[in-house]
Amino acid sequence: MNDRLRKYLNWIMMSVFFGATLLALIPLFGVLGYVIKNGLSALSSEFFINLPKGMGAPGGGMANSIVGTLIMVLIASLIGIPVGILAGIYLTEYDRNSWFSMSVRFATDVLTGIPSIIVGIVIYSSVVLKMGHFSALAGGLALSIIIIPLVIRSTEEMLKLVSHSIREAGYALGISKRKIILKIVLPTAARGIITGAILAVARVSGETAPLLFTALGNQYWSRSLNEPIAALPVQIYQYATSPYKELQQQAWAGALVLITLVVLLNLVARLAFRTRSN
Amino acid sequence: MGQSLSVHNLEAWYGSNKILKGINMEIRPNQVTAIIGPSGCGKSTFVRCLNRMHETLPKTKVQGEISLDGVSIYDLDPVTLRKKVGMVFQKANPFPSMSIYDNVVAGLRLNGMNNKQELKASAEKSLRMAALWDEVKDRLNYSGVSLSGGQQQRLCIARALAVEPSVLLMDEPASALDPIATTHIEELMGSLKEIYTIIIVTHNMQQAARIADSTAFFLSGELVEHGPTSEIFTNPHDKRTEDYITGRFG
Amino acid sequence: MRKVEESENMSKNKKLTGSLGDKTFCLLTLFMAMSVLVLMVWIGWQMVDSARPSIAKFGFSFVTGRVWDPVKEQFGALPFIYGTLVTSFLALIIAAPVGLGVAIFLNEMATSKVRSVIAFLVEMLAAIPSVVYGLWGIFILVPWLRETVEPGLAKWLGFIPLFQGTPLGFGMLAGGLILAVMILPTIAAISREVLAAVPNEQREAALALGATKWEMIRIAVLPYAKSGVLGGVMLGLGRALGETMAVTMVIGNRPDILSSLFAPAYSIAAVIANEFTEATYDLYLSALVEIGLILFGITLILNVFARVLVWSVARGPRGGLS
Repeated sequence: MNDRLRKYLNWIMMSVFFGATLLALIPLFGVLGYVIKNGLSALSSEFFINLPKGMGAPGGGMANSIVGTLIMVLIASLIGIPVGILAGIYLTEYDRNSWFSMSVRFATDVLTGIPSIIVGIVIYSSVVLKMGHFSALAGGLALSIIIIPLVIRSTEEMLKLVSHSIREAGYALGISKRKIILKIVLPTAARGIITGAILAVARVSGETAPLLFTALGNQYWSRSLNEPIAALPVQIYQYATSPYKELQQQAWAGALVLITLVVLLNLVARLAFRTRSN
Repeated sequence: MGQSLSVHNLEAWYGSNKILKGINMEIRPNQVTAIIGPSGCGKSTFVRCLNRMHETLPKTKVQGEISLDGVSIYDLDPVTLRKKVGMVFQKANPFPSMSIYDNVVAGLRLNGMNNKQELKASAEKSLRMAALWDEVKDRLNYSGVSLSGGQQQRLCIARALAVEPSVLLMDEPASALDPIATTHIEELMGSLKEIYTIIIVTHNMQQAARIADSTAFFLSGELVEHGPTSEIFTNPHDKRTEDYITGRFG
Repeated sequence: MRKVEESENMSKNKKLTGSLGDKTFCLLTLFMAMSVLVLMVWIGWQMVDSARPSIAKFGFSFVTGRVWDPVKEQFGALPFIYGTLVTSFLALIIAAPVGLGVAIFLNEMATSKVRSVIAFLVEMLAAIPSVVYGLWGIFILVPWLRETVEPGLAKWLGFIPLFQGTPLGFGMLAGGLILAVMILPTIAAISREVLAAVPNEQREAALALGATKWEMIRIAVLPYAKSGVLGGVMLGLGRALGETMAVTMVIGNRPDILSSLFAPAYSIAAVIANEFTEATYDLYLSALVEIGLILFGITLILNVFARVLVWSVARGPRGGLS
């Protein structure tokens, strides 16, 4: 093939790759654009304060869903983040290479890949059935199962980045292993670990499927953690698939709030990681 | 005051490789002992056995006797031992999450010392001994990694000294430093040996000749010759030592 | 003469040295690590246990059965398997080349400023929750398909059975398209990691021979990265198979097996999402769990294969993905 042809082919292929990138970004702007446009027009103060009104009557809000999501994400984080970080510490600091740790890593892989609806099924069959009712607790537990493998992964990666020489310096000073991990290694890796945790929380706030049969949803305020509770993604789903125009509009508003939450968390996580140039 | 170390029939393995093949050595207190030899001769491994750091790597095995002033180091819990036998590494490794001050007192603090006065006094004393005090006294709260390479290494020395060991192991402490920083470190050793027993691993023979009172030559996991520095360099007993010194291999 | 024990650093007694505080902490972290293993086993066991009645009753015909009729207590999973596979493969056909293209653009072509901005945007694609995609799907994508795309396809390509039938908007085409958007970031991210793992010496060797950039990519980079990219594609497939909300909102939710992409269908995750809380009797619930178990099994095997492929290029276990 002569040189001019090769040059043309090169130019064509580079354009193809550039085009692919543009193609990939179209849905991003499409989705965000419509969510912002439709969501903004449906947002109002009532949205944030009121409870849903039945039958698509105007004036309803998603206050309980927003609070419900916050509560369940909190439960999930309180359980999932410590478990994830501690397990990550074990795999990096105490046992990197045995059959046991390889099985734990395999299990983490498996858990990362489980469709989230399966998590919902499992929590339903165990927690919900045993307790006899849907609950925020069940929802929070389901979400924590999703958080745990994500946090383990990112914690492991961040801890591995800490130069081994730092640990050696600690040993050489006669410091106990536990203190080396807690007071030297962990603070060094802290920013990265926190970033990983925030990203896991962002991911889990948008999950709907595991909540469908654990938290179920609620048109009213829940009075305790032992009752069904509303969640933003679930409410969006129910409104989007409802026949009422008013509710569909609120679905867009809800989507706007949800996306804002998720994007904000993502930004915070990545910016926080970037300011440290080490 | 520095202590003496006594090594009998030390053998060490890494996986199935036998690195040290039966080392016998007496290390005198308050002296600088240099360990020289070509790469791979086992000098780093040897030094790491002295503070039981070799064990912290996976698949290692150690056999033999090492005593510190007559007490076997295997009778001591490793954490305690390492407070008596300190170590400075080839590449300076200050703790990145801590300030200069925090780095220096890290060993003390993490072992329970809380008294602010004592910590401050100890920090100043160690930094002076490491000849770093004047350069950092106004910025003790700056990050430990904000210093130059040579300063970081002196910081690590200060940190090791703060714990008040009696023996200081130094594994090629100046190999990553420029000549000026190296001179600083070498000058330190002259003053430090009054208080500590110093064992320094070096691949730089001129350095050994400059600073060490006695020198040990290692080759392929064996201690070939050990004696006063002047003797090793001008009148070695073993032909292998002579070959190494005169640059016939290495 | 004193002898020292073997310091096999990985043995249990080596870890449990130190003060009470040290031992406690070590055991604590060990316990947490173990609980992950226990969790995986427990999930698997729960699924199998809940699905047992249905497995016992239907046996293998469950997988081949085409009829899903809760009223008559007839449960066949084939429509859902069909819908899941068709939409997922459609998504793959679109997302794999585009994702790889994005990865090549970002890694081999873009300047570092452009790269960080666009990489961030692609990550944002991954961050958008499934239900928001579904919402957009229902009100924007589906009408567009129904009014513009599908009639267009029917007109020009209507001789192919894939593009026959009434354009409803809702259906496998919508499901496949939405899934494509959702798995694209996964494929792009892994492809980028894999491309980055190709040593620079390979690229330089090609360039030094006078290759154009495209030729360098074709000769030096892609062959090296092949299995890793394949792994990434498999992971993308795994994600597509398990996606629930966006799919159920646009796929039409009809357990039919039809050849046209315009036809409504049903996916495994979608039927579980829609019918689980309506399941009024035990066998019904058990059948739903059994479908879930099938999904679990497929994604599990796929994930394991995929990770092995990615490891083989990128040297070592890969970290977490978006």
